[in-house]
Amino acid sequence: MSDVGTRNSRPLSPHLQIYKPIFTMVMSIVHRITGCALYFGTILMVWWLVAAAAGPDYFNFVNDLYGSILGRLVLFGFTWALLHHMLGGMRHFIWDMGYGFGPEAREWLARATLIGSVSLTILLWVVGYAVR
Amino acid sequence: MVQLTLPKNSQVTQGKVWDKPAGATNLREYRIYRWNPDDGRNPRVDTYFVDLDDCGPMVLDGLIYIKNNIDPTLTFRRSCREGICGSCAMNIDGTNTLACTRGMEEIGDGPVKIYPLPHMPVVKDLVPDLTRFYAQHRSIEPWLQTTTPAPEKEWRQSHEDRAKLDGLYECILCACCSTSCPSYWWNGDRYLGPAILLQAYRWLIDSRDEATGERLDNLEDPFRLYRCHTIMNCSQACPKGLNPAKAIAEIKKMMVERRV
Repeated sequence: MSDVGTRNSRPLSPHLQIYKPIFTMVMSIVHRITGCALYFGTILMVWWLVAAAAGPDYFNFVNDLYGSILGRLVLFGFTWALLHHMLGGMRHFIWDMGYGFGPEAREWLARATLIGSVSLTILLWVVGYAVR
Repeated sequence: MVQLTLPKNSQVTQGKVWDKPAGATNLREYRIYRWNPDDGRNPRVDTYFVDLDDCGPMVLDGLIYIKNNIDPTLTFRRSCREGICGSCAMNIDGTNTLACTRGMEEIGDGPVKIYPLPHMPVVKDLVPDLTRFYAQHRSIEPWLQTTTPAPEKEWRQSHEDRAKLDGLYECILCACCSTSCPSYWWNGDRYLGPAILLQAYRWLIDSRDEATGERLDNLEDPFRLYRCHTIMNCSQACPKGLNPAKAIAEIKKMMVERRV
């Protein structure tokens, strides 16, 4: 064939650079990112528990850290990541059952995941502050 | 492996702006990816102007206009011009589709931006190398396999069983779906991709086929099947309105069902 020898020098066509973002694709990426964030969040949680086991002084130190503005912001993000990833997991469960693949259904599921995770996060924090 | 950026030899540069057709008033701008294997340069994006008063309504009509009237070196595949051969699959306005069935009006007001199918080796301009794609299709053995002796006439099938092939047999193997899939971008050497998996499912649920177990064995692999993460770009892209993501989910279900 005439293209022998040129095969290795062939360019790779553009992909991420030119592909129009599709909502379900963006949500898939967000699912990955929140999944990674949960590793970090779980470390924070373990640290808190270890601090509780270590004694009152150290627990107060960690507790104050988490209670600061920045700490609360991180915890708020952790809550959202957890809820978003959980709802995303349920969405994937529905897909694994073979449902929700139609053009409207998959858009609806993706939208519901996002709206659900944001509203549940806010609700949880409002309830948290209310019962404190 | 995941490589988010393009290799050095693939980075796209600014190309040439070609002259507007003389005397034309109703113009549409086209920006087209060009790469010539013979000039040793990087790919570039050339700008053309199509005279809409002298051209059909589809994106493919514009490409043919350019090739006939402005730049005969512009290279692309096309054949049937009615969405049944799958030759003119390309990335138009950021989405994979067939140039012959996508109207210029559907794209809105801006320029018509055209690239080859994403994350593929480019042979020239808008022509990607589909060798691997076809080899993957070969690997699922897309033909009827039976062990019982062949009947005197044809293999018969009930209307219900035949209906199960609807939404699958229409696939024209244009590769729009596979090359829209980020999983296929990053793992195309080992993941079969949506088009081939839809074809695999077409044979898995064919009531006449007797190799279902072997077919599933062949797909039972962390990469070949399970790199699908239900991203859904495939179903969004398919110019025939098929649903590869759904077909893949059905294969995953068959995998579970045969274990219980």
